[in-house]
Amino acid sequence: MNIIWFILITTSVIFSIVNNKLEDFTKSIFDATKQAVEVSLFLLGIIALWLGITKIIEDSGLIYHLSKFFKPIISKLFKKIPKDHPSIVSITLNLLANFFGLGNAATPLGIKAMTDLQTLNEDKETVSFEMMLFLVINTASIQLIPFTVVGLLSQYGSKSPNSIVLPTIIATVISAIVAVINLHIFKFLFEKNKK
Amino acid sequence: MKLINYISQLIIPVFILFTVLYGFIKKVRIYDSFISGAKQAIEIVLKIFPYILAIFVAIKSFQSSGAFDFVKNLFSGIVKIFDIPQEVIAIALIKPLSGSASLAVFTDIIKTTGVDSLATKISAVIMGSAETTFYVLAVYLGSIGIKKTKYLVPVCILSDIIGIIIAILVVKILLG
Repeated sequence: MNIIWFILITTSVIFSIVNNKLEDFTKSIFDATKQAVEVSLFLLGIIALWLGITKIIEDSGLIYHLSKFFKPIISKLFKKIPKDHPSIVSITLNLLANFFGLGNAATPLGIKAMTDLQTLNEDKETVSFEMMLFLVINTASIQLIPFTVVGLLSQYGSKSPNSIVLPTIIATVISAIVAVINLHIFKFLFEKNKK
Repeated sequence: MKLINYISQLIIPVFILFTVLYGFIKKVRIYDSFISGAKQAIEIVLKIFPYILAIFVAIKSFQSSGAFDFVKNLFSGIVKIFDIPQEVIAIALIKPLSGSASLAVFTDIIKTTGVDSLATKISAVIMGSAETTFYVLAVYLGSIGIKKTKYLVPVCILSDIIGIIIAILVVKILLG
């Protein structure tokens, strides 16, 4: 992230000088700060809501039933997570929320999943393999129906707004599998390099 | 389609009802539980705020400085060779960076190329199959204070690139 941030910021400043867009540049960074505050406030609300709900799930013991139920699916991918660990439930709930296109629920549950995975992590400042796997699957965004996109298409009078649903599912599943394979290849190369 | 939409709308209310009922039957003080869970949100948001700010500033300035347009033009040559609509570049580049901006670009593609054009269809599939990678990474890693990301970022960038190529191919094969 250090390198990416460096590249984005420096090229932006250089380009805004070359293109004589200094005013736009300055305006945009202040817009960005405002937007960051708005998004954070929005997140505060929904994160609080979902952490409240998941706390009830934990306190009532519902979490043990859920984790027993989802364990077989999750443990195929996340081999190192011990059984009965709360991360099984938070990972599943996040993936389900993504799957059904419930973006507002997905982010808080994802953060919960990361917090749960952090309890298993030995080095708290370094990302664990399980976290990487979770994030890689997440950024491949497996979704059943892309409601926003289908909605926009039909709103603009498309003859068959649903025609993109199947291609989207196929594309997203393939890219998720490719992403997981990529991660394993990088892991292999990284560990080989260390030795 | 309507049924699936309805089921999706039903999930959250039913899930909340089920959780609350189960807690109530198990004699949990559900209200107190909810409050103590919700309290943690303030801490999490304080933690992720600087990460969100950093990513927004970088992306917004990249767009406004004209650097984004420059990168877009770089790719137009490659796209021509493979007979892919020019408009796809914009959506492919913006989607991993920003959700709201990619939605604006997508609407623009619908308006300029028509709602049933190949460009719109490819963009639609990219919209649905790609995620705002850098935002997700910043928020999720920021929320637990991870600083060393090992090989995660290159994996995500590579997977995004392959994902977009897959999206283009799938549309070309199935709908093209």
